[in-house]
Amino acid sequence: MRLRTLILAAAGAAAFALPAAAQQLTAITGGRVLTGTSVIENGTVVIRDGRVVSVGAGAAPSGATVIDARGKVVSPGFVAVDSGLGGSEISSVGDSDDLRNGANSISASFDVSYGLDPWSITLPVARLGGITRAVVVPNHPGGGGGGHAHDDSDFAGVGHGGLQSPSLFAGQAAIIHLAAGTDILVKPRVAMVAPFGEAGAGVAGGARGAQFVQFKETLAEVRLYARNKAAYDRAGLRDLSLSRADLEALIPVANGQMPLIVTVRRAADILQVLRLAREEGVKIILDGAEEGWLVASQIAAADVPVLLNPISNLPGSLETRAARMQNAAALDAAGVTIAIKGNEGSIHRARETRYNAGNAVSHGLPYEAAIEAITVNPARIFGMAGQFGELRPGAAADVVVWSGDPLEPLSIAERIWVNGEEQAPTSRQFLLRDRYAQGGEGAMPPAYGR
Amino acid sequence: MRLHRLRGASLAALACAALAACATTGSNGSNGDEAASSGDSGRAALAPGLDAAANPDPFPSTYRGLPRQNMAIVGGVVFTGAGQRIENGVVIVTDGRVAAVGDASTPVPAGHQVVDARGRFVTPGIIDVHSHLGVYPSPGVQGMSDGNEATSPNTAQVWAEHSLWPQDPGFNAARAGGVTTLQILPGSANLFGGRGVTVRNVPSVTMQGMKMPGAPYGLKMACGENPSRVYGSRNQSPATGMGNMAGYRAAFIAAREYKAKWDKWREDGEGSPPTRNLQNETLAGVLDGSILVQNHCYRADEMAQMIDLAKEFGFRITAFHHAIEAYKLAPTLAREGICADMWTGWWGFKMEALDAVEANAALVDAPPNSCAVIHSDDAELTQRLNQEAAAALAAGRRMGMDIPEERAISWITLNPARSLGIADQTGSLEPGKRADVVIWSANPLSVYARADQVFIDGGLAFDRMNPAYQPLSDFELGQPGYGLAAANVPQGAR
Repeated sequence: MRLRTLILAAAGAAAFALPAAAQQLTAITGGRVLTGTSVIENGTVVIRDGRVVSVGAGAAPSGATVIDARGKVVSPGFVAVDSGLGGSEISSVGDSDDLRNGANSISASFDVSYGLDPWSITLPVARLGGITRAVVVPNHPGGGGGGHAHDDSDFAGVGHGGLQSPSLFAGQAAIIHLAAGTDILVKPRVAMVAPFGEAGAGVAGGARGAQFVQFKETLAEVRLYARNKAAYDRAGLRDLSLSRADLEALIPVANGQMPLIVTVRRAADILQVLRLAREEGVKIILDGAEEGWLVASQIAAADVPVLLNPISNLPGSLETRAARMQNAAALDAAGVTIAIKGNEGSIHRARETRYNAGNAVSHGLPYEAAIEAITVNPARIFGMAGQFGELRPGAAADVVVWSGDPLEPLSIAERIWVNGEEQAPTSRQFLLRDRYAQGGEGAMPPAYGR
Repeated sequence: MRLHRLRGASLAALACAALAACATTGSNGSNGDEAASSGDSGRAALAPGLDAAANPDPFPSTYRGLPRQNMAIVGGVVFTGAGQRIENGVVIVTDGRVAAVGDASTPVPAGHQVVDARGRFVTPGIIDVHSHLGVYPSPGVQGMSDGNEATSPNTAQVWAEHSLWPQDPGFNAARAGGVTTLQILPGSANLFGGRGVTVRNVPSVTMQGMKMPGAPYGLKMACGENPSRVYGSRNQSPATGMGNMAGYRAAFIAAREYKAKWDKWREDGEGSPPTRNLQNETLAGVLDGSILVQNHCYRADEMAQMIDLAKEFGFRITAFHHAIEAYKLAPTLAREGICADMWTGWWGFKMEALDAVEANAALVDAPPNSCAVIHSDDAELTQRLNQEAAAALAAGRRMGMDIPEERAISWITLNPARSLGIADQTGSLEPGKRADVVIWSANPLSVYARADQVFIDGGLAFDRMNPAYQPLSDFELGQPGYGLAAANVPQGAR
């Protein structure tokens, strides 16, 4: 492994982002501005001290450094949801994957924020796809967090089988930003993750009926524990099935404060999960929901948001037989708040989030809704409305200047700011690309090129 | 002509001649019908099935083509696939073949139905050289997982066509993405995974009904991590890269001997005939050039090893698949005449995929005589190969390369046809070729473009606006969601 090269590349990227620059008043002018909730032609976005100062049609304030974005599109940085960014470097190299928890005594308390690597080579690649924030989730069957086999060597076909969580709960998600630097953690423990459907049934022994009973029983134990901590500490409480750490982690879930990301695909399972959440007073976010369009009105009535991949249109398993390209459009039309995911755990292919949004548009989702689904909606769903994912005063200055419509593969992210700091438009992939740009057959071996 | 008097012609070369259109042999001096009926003079014919040459095409294509109509597609922007872009173009289709392609002045023959493509784009049908549709179908459940005969590192004897389930809903989804031809390959668990099969993407009850007449077989070979991991974890060879190479070499030594025995027996007719061996038969087909090597190989250094190995045994590699590092060897690949079949966006899922770059196709495409191909290996990605090509084009342009859109279209049309040895049949809109045509709602390099109509051999196979031309597989009938329109969007396909 050319580890040294990697470190040098990362250090070079870090040097580009000058902290002093963040203090400057910068105005991005003349572009088509997608604020996340609206469009301003010939707009001006002013940023300073890492935050958006103003967004509108006015001129640049005096003293500002002006970035000419005429003919360009300006958008908030996109938010990758159900992602593994920063938590897994090379999917098949288990030791580089800190999202996969196999510990028996740590399940709900598993906290991905401890394993995040600001120097991950995946981050600049995602950033060049316009991603500036991510909701990093523990690895869970059928969802994000890495561990996917890409070519056929796992013998699994197009299904989503394979990984099983050791328990009902996969652990807790964290929010990161993608600025170069040493600290990418924005907020740890923003949500709990639990697989349902076939994967959840697998945890409980194979049947959904067992998982639901076990889930309810677990919440009952959490509540018992929460009411009787003193008794628990002096061993005056009956034996509980979870560790103390897991019980603690589940208290905010049981009392409806921490959202529970529920991986669920089949329409019938979605209805069961909605009922479970209502009965238990748990706040949930649906993840996957390939058959969601069949029960869109029920999801909307429950005011439950959905994280989905709009290009999941094949019956990869028997619980996704109604998967359709129109899922995103149908859920949006019913009034459901949706966030659009990247591909394959949204680590290496997080950059494809924008294409997925574009494909949702070509299958009926209004363009504005697609932009919302990768900007403001993820922020809303994870309790960060107004803080990022939107160009509005006070929000983090995550801004991307695009050569054209950001949902188009032919468009590129030309300039990128995260927290007001401009990011170097490069990645390890660009270094490799440039090293071989002339065919690699010069007198000196390519290794002499930087 | 007595079969055993054919000097130097191997088993598989004969098989190819009988198929009428094998692109790589150039051998059509023998007549398959005669070969099939020969053997009756001099000595008794071998029992059925014991002599490959007696029945060189035992699972023959029954592909008929869909009902078709002569037509003129007029007014659209035509990407020919062969590097031209024609504004306000005309494509004349007669008897299922492209009869003429040109600008607005191209005459429309009397009686041809005029198809209005104004405001739309016209391309050849997309060709996916690396698909597991049907062999790893949806649903991806264990009972349907038929793509890897992972029981031995050399399973050159298996044929993907024998695993192919034509009811895979993925075929319909791929067609709605403009895919008209696919190569269905075995998986990559083994050094030799088996034969692939090239199919026309038409709905069919049988594999034979899709099989492309005359298309050469491909042999799936795999470099790298997959075989060594699969067998190494069983404490079996190959467990390493060097074990991989030893495995290929041992197999080709055996195949050389096998081929020599048959060649000799056919020449002199002396002694007992060799025992037919399906594994060696496929490898002998590689040695005589009738079967194309389709080589899963990620790393540049391993590609170079494979090129030398092919020279050691006297065969050619047609294409490297999943050629993540092809850009490091682009001039060599062009000189050797080897296609590189690539993704744009996939990377980092294992060590040998670490050095992927989005500009791979653009860089591979740059040298003269190159063959850059965008492929899928995936039931979802195959529906959007046009977008994968667009992303590769954007990556090339970002580094300052001047690549026209019509060039990028060749990465998903003509070049994949070359990669499959069927470029004389399809892959571009040029007179004489099969009329595999897609009419797009917008520029196919746009994320918003949808395939409006897809023609295969001039027959309408898919129409986004007309449910009568939106086939469903048997599996899809009556399943959850069946018959319901989601979001009031014209469904087109699922």
